[in-house]
Amino acid sequence: MKKVLEEKESVSRAHEGDARFTTISGRPIAPFYRPQDLAGADYGRDLGDPGVYPYTRGIHETMYRGKVWTMRQFAGYGTAEKTNARFKYLLAHGGDGLSVAFDLPTLMGRDPDHPLSLGEVGKCGVAVSSLQDMETLFEGIPLDRVTTSMTINSPAAILLAFYVLVGERQGVEPEKLRGTVQADILKEFIAQKEYIYPPRPSMRIVVDMIRFCTERMPRWNTISISGYHIREAGATAAQELAFTLRDGIEYVQWCVDAGMDVDSFAPRLSFFFNSHSDFFEEIAKFRAARRIWARTMRERFGARNPRSWMLRFHTQTAGVSLTAQQPYNNVVRTALQALAGVLGGTQSLHTNSLDEALALPTEEAVTIALRTQQIIAHESGVANAADPLGGSWLVEKLTNEIEAEALAYFRRIDAMGGMVAAVERGFPQREVQESAFRFQQAVERKEKTIVGVNEYVMEEEPHPILYIDGKAAEEQVGRVRALRAARDPVRLARALEELKSAARGPENLMPPIIEASRACATIGEMCDALREVFGEYEEQPAF
Amino acid sequence: MPESGPRRVRVVIAKPGLDGHDRGAKVVARALRDAGMEVIYTGLRQSPEQIVAAAAQEDADVIGLSILSGAHLPICRRVLELLREREMESVRVFVGGIIPSQDIPVLRNLGVAHVFLPGASTRDVIQAIEGAAAGSA
Repeated sequence: MKKVLEEKESVSRAHEGDARFTTISGRPIAPFYRPQDLAGADYGRDLGDPGVYPYTRGIHETMYRGKVWTMRQFAGYGTAEKTNARFKYLLAHGGDGLSVAFDLPTLMGRDPDHPLSLGEVGKCGVAVSSLQDMETLFEGIPLDRVTTSMTINSPAAILLAFYVLVGERQGVEPEKLRGTVQADILKEFIAQKEYIYPPRPSMRIVVDMIRFCTERMPRWNTISISGYHIREAGATAAQELAFTLRDGIEYVQWCVDAGMDVDSFAPRLSFFFNSHSDFFEEIAKFRAARRIWARTMRERFGARNPRSWMLRFHTQTAGVSLTAQQPYNNVVRTALQALAGVLGGTQSLHTNSLDEALALPTEEAVTIALRTQQIIAHESGVANAADPLGGSWLVEKLTNEIEAEALAYFRRIDAMGGMVAAVERGFPQREVQESAFRFQQAVERKEKTIVGVNEYVMEEEPHPILYIDGKAAEEQVGRVRALRAARDPVRLARALEELKSAARGPENLMPPIIEASRACATIGEMCDALREVFGEYEEQPAF
Repeated sequence: MPESGPRRVRVVIAKPGLDGHDRGAKVVARALRDAGMEVIYTGLRQSPEQIVAAAAQEDADVIGLSILSGAHLPICRRVLELLREREMESVRVFVGGIIPSQDIPVLRNLGVAHVFLPGASTRDVIQAIEGAAAGSA
């Protein structure tokens, strides 16, 4: 017996340091795992049953037997009419919830006729410039019967106001609205760079939204604290986990410092992770996320409501892993990544389309993406039991490892004075950039294989895509100009002054934003009013 | 004209328009610098006017535009127009990003020297820029 164990150990050592056997994040993987890898483990302390603190195995006892994850496909392009049609298509074909993609002018708080909006209108999402566009976007969609996630950050408070007003027009009170605004401004500074104002005023806006929703919209998820974008920007799995959860800690701290009771708002925080290519690393990451968050909320913040301890998350499969070459291979990549998300216990899932690296998805491509989820849910059997990989020596070991790495990052960021301080000195940005560069080098040296790109390359014909031309821009500009001509200029001017005045003081910004929206202010006008007060932010252009 | 020593190729890497996705731009910028080029990164949210002004100020040989948002046709048209207006036609324009294949000949006709699509390596970019610089020496 001793000889057998010795032989196995020498096999392990022979494979140490071999780059072929690392995850996509560079984590070494042993040839096999066994009970000794989990020495000292305690089921009740480290795992718990599904639905039991620390929720490593899932936040619900029944998980998908009780309710399958929400199939929530991100969608949006062109004008509000076009996107309204795509929403109805997805709902009719088995999609459970809406997820809105906005165009860059909307995301950046610019009107479609701003010089920087040149060529951008309606290209990577739907153009929404005003409350009127929002009404068109949700025409025929009852807001008391759907849940809507809106991927919007710097102008999130404005889009939230628009949604509340569309609900009002439909006769649905804010208390009944269900959905999410992404609103996670910290990850913009770290990764996606769709910020407008500097970090501290940006955090104030988020706290205002959380407070408003806590009082008026109890069924609304106030924020979607995101790792997806951090991962897409080049982070490793451990960095994605660490920076996302540390961002979460920062938001909780700011709300607590603003006088809010942690249990009043923590249950409505939500998260958003990437599901990337290394199957087991991703599953371990999701499990570690739940355990870390549960312990953090209970021990660091003293939360007493179990709902404050439960990390609820949406997952999107990794866009950055999909290739322009041999696009049908992406169906396979997405299926495996979606499966990892499900085995990791996600509450909600978006699967990318096969043409992700080429354009926004065609109807055919997005249908396959939706069917991928349906096949996993209804044919594969993996949803029958919660946390089916719990107890795997490999998965439990990776869960422990990635948790330890995340906690080490927490200590470093705490020592810097928190995440806002860390962002101000460029720390997480540099970590992400460095990982991105290292990965590119690994690919170019063929240490990491990308099928169809650096191996198994073929001659190919161009693949048909959804092509978006400049017509949406013309229409949108016309619409905004007509709106500006038709509205009451006195009411508008007063509303924008009130907004600026509120921004200069401590008042919650949501009510003045709602009034300005009623007064037909455009997104560009409201964001410009705040630009006057908060200033604009740009990062140092370092590489 | 006699050279006093090899002049390093000068490249302005720019993010035009509203998009903030800069992973590719920064990876390329760093690879070009490691390959011995002089690289100036403009940062985000640059107008065509700002980009061309930076290229003039930095005496750039090449402008590298990173465009993933679909705004490539009007942006490139404007950048190349401005280069002509300012008699800077010797500056080569390279574009990297998400470009529909049907738009590549349109960009080439506008005067774009090379279009890099997803999957391009930094080696491809370095070779193309060195080739373009050698061609105009």
